[in-house]
Amino acid sequence: MRRLLLKNLMRKALTEAPPPVDEAALAELAANLDRAAKRRLGRSLAIREVDAGSCNACELEIHALNNAFYDLERFGLRFVASPRHADVLLVTGPVTKNMREALERTYRATPDPKWVVAVGDCAADGGIFAGSYAVVGGVSEVVPVDLHIRGCPPSPEQLLKGLLALLEPQELPAKR
Amino acid sequence: MTKSALIGIAKRGRKVDGHGPWPRAVVTKEVWHLAIQELVEARATLLDLWADKQTVHMALLDETSNDIMVFTVEGRDFPSVGKHHPAAIRLERTIRDLYGLNPVGLPDTRPWLDHGVWGIKHPLGSARRSSGAPPAYNFLPTEGEALHQIPVGPVHAGIIEPGHFRFTASGETVVRLEERLGYVHKGTQSLMIGADIDKAARLAGRVSGDSTVAYAFAFAQAVEAALGVKPPQRAVWLRALMSELERLANHFGDIGAICNDASFSLLYAECGVLRELTLRTAKACFGHRLMMDCIVPGGVAENLAPDGLQHLRSLVETVRRKFPELIGIYDNTASLQDRTVTTGQLSPALARAFGAGGYVGRASGRDFDVRKAMAYAPYGELAFEVPVFDQGDVNARVWVRIREVEQSLGLIEQIVERLPAGATMVDLGNLGATGEGLGLVEGFRGDVLVWVRIGADGLVAACHLRDPSWFHWPLLEAVIEGNIVADFPLCNKSFNCSYSGHDL
Repeated sequence: MRRLLLKNLMRKALTEAPPPVDEAALAELAANLDRAAKRRLGRSLAIREVDAGSCNACELEIHALNNAFYDLERFGLRFVASPRHADVLLVTGPVTKNMREALERTYRATPDPKWVVAVGDCAADGGIFAGSYAVVGGVSEVVPVDLHIRGCPPSPEQLLKGLLALLEPQELPAKR
Repeated sequence: MTKSALIGIAKRGRKVDGHGPWPRAVVTKEVWHLAIQELVEARATLLDLWADKQTVHMALLDETSNDIMVFTVEGRDFPSVGKHHPAAIRLERTIRDLYGLNPVGLPDTRPWLDHGVWGIKHPLGSARRSSGAPPAYNFLPTEGEALHQIPVGPVHAGIIEPGHFRFTASGETVVRLEERLGYVHKGTQSLMIGADIDKAARLAGRVSGDSTVAYAFAFAQAVEAALGVKPPQRAVWLRALMSELERLANHFGDIGAICNDASFSLLYAECGVLRELTLRTAKACFGHRLMMDCIVPGGVAENLAPDGLQHLRSLVETVRRKFPELIGIYDNTASLQDRTVTTGQLSPALARAFGAGGYVGRASGRDFDVRKAMAYAPYGELAFEVPVFDQGDVNARVWVRIREVEQSLGLIEQIVERLPAGATMVDLGNLGATGEGLGLVEGFRGDVLVWVRIGADGLVAACHLRDPSWFHWPLLEAVIEGNIVADFPLCNKSFNCSYSGHDL
């Protein structure tokens, strides 16, 4: 039975499913991301995801980057288990007061040079949770942010576009 | 059908007007004790326990008659339910943290959601400023020879939510797991107070992103019950359609992720494809992959796209073609079965005592599904079964999901065939109307409860939202005991508790 499934996998590329327009955009995006990532960081970029208070919707879409349709790893972009292995922190959520210290410590544990990407509307400015007694606000109130990817939650495509935007500028801001 | 004893007990209190669809009664402490006794003697199930200024409410379910009754006791001190019924302990610790009320006799008075860094005490009660370094949290002691501790989190290794797990192990065997949660507490209930219904609905949809449809549905039910509004037929059917799409997407994700935690990445990849196809169908039908903000009080904000029925038929056809083969692989791979069968067993007695909902309860013999028990619209008109297993292990929790995928496909087919035409929204006309309502919806993870009070100004005066995870988290501590540390990811993923839904 497994052999049958593997045969199916060999026969049919899973990336065929999306509608033509999306596929074109995605392919273009993917190619750019590939080139830029190679130029900037050799052949790989390690990403550590930190949920600093999200409702978990952003996590679901970040997860989707790993599925067969988006297959982030084909570009050498991969999620790592520890901040000590990471080049990029992908931070979601309005930063809650209860997560503030953990986010700060994760940031400090990430070796230089490092970039921080704030994912989702909440990570930009606290979003709908701004003003709560339990919330600090956007990610930039706690650690320096290099890029915001908006959306509630941002789609996997928007996330890909965002990672590209991080890599595109010829001159990145001086790194901490 | 026999009348529930809960109704008799509530008669000894004062019935509150304008609370629907189930009644609420203000009772004395003596009568409150009688209600607790129903829990202790397993004649009732705790649905929820929450505070509202200086009062405490307790929603109880009689599973033989499916009656729900809300009891209310007034005053700063109230008799602890947790003292007699452990499922209530964390809820009472939360009431202490947020409202400063005192559950008299509560056996565990450590703070729960309050980590001492809000700068404020009792934010929803008589709030006062607090400052200084946060106090150390005292984990429960473990004593014995050659025990070691493994602290994990709040930042975990995967792309998941934050929480802290403190394992005590003897060699490879877990002797005790203690959870510490609250890291993603956002003060959602405080933001609800004084919010207009639109904003409150958006907040409800962001309590737990993976259950945004279930929360929006339950919130809409609660508001509609409070205001005496009936949503149009088509809207109600579309709500069920969204609910089943959400269930499918999450079950695919979970089945794949559980296999992945046993390092069986083939099924993870294949289930990920089915999940993605489901999300794309949702986007094509309702304009949003997770269907956020699509359900609103009064109806639905998004009508089904003109070509939606085609997309749905094609999704059902694809899943029916692909899914059985994947299940065959799951069931026939010895190395995978070796990891899931008999791992993380939850006894039916514990599942019942904690009122465990969803796949956690139904994998341990608790035959409860709100769609069947309350038959809320439109589920009373739809044919489906509630799969129940009684082994209580990781494997059984996988099988509940597998069978539910099949049921959800059948439900989607019925909705596609019989979707009524007509309006998708009614005006709430809520200016001047006040009332209280309770909503109860079967999310993918279990029963989601929302209680709301609407004031005369049309704004939300109070709101409480209870995730099924409140009763799952403590059971996860129980099932890991005696298992090896390496099986924790499997146990954890088979529960897939929500951190955000719990921390609120």
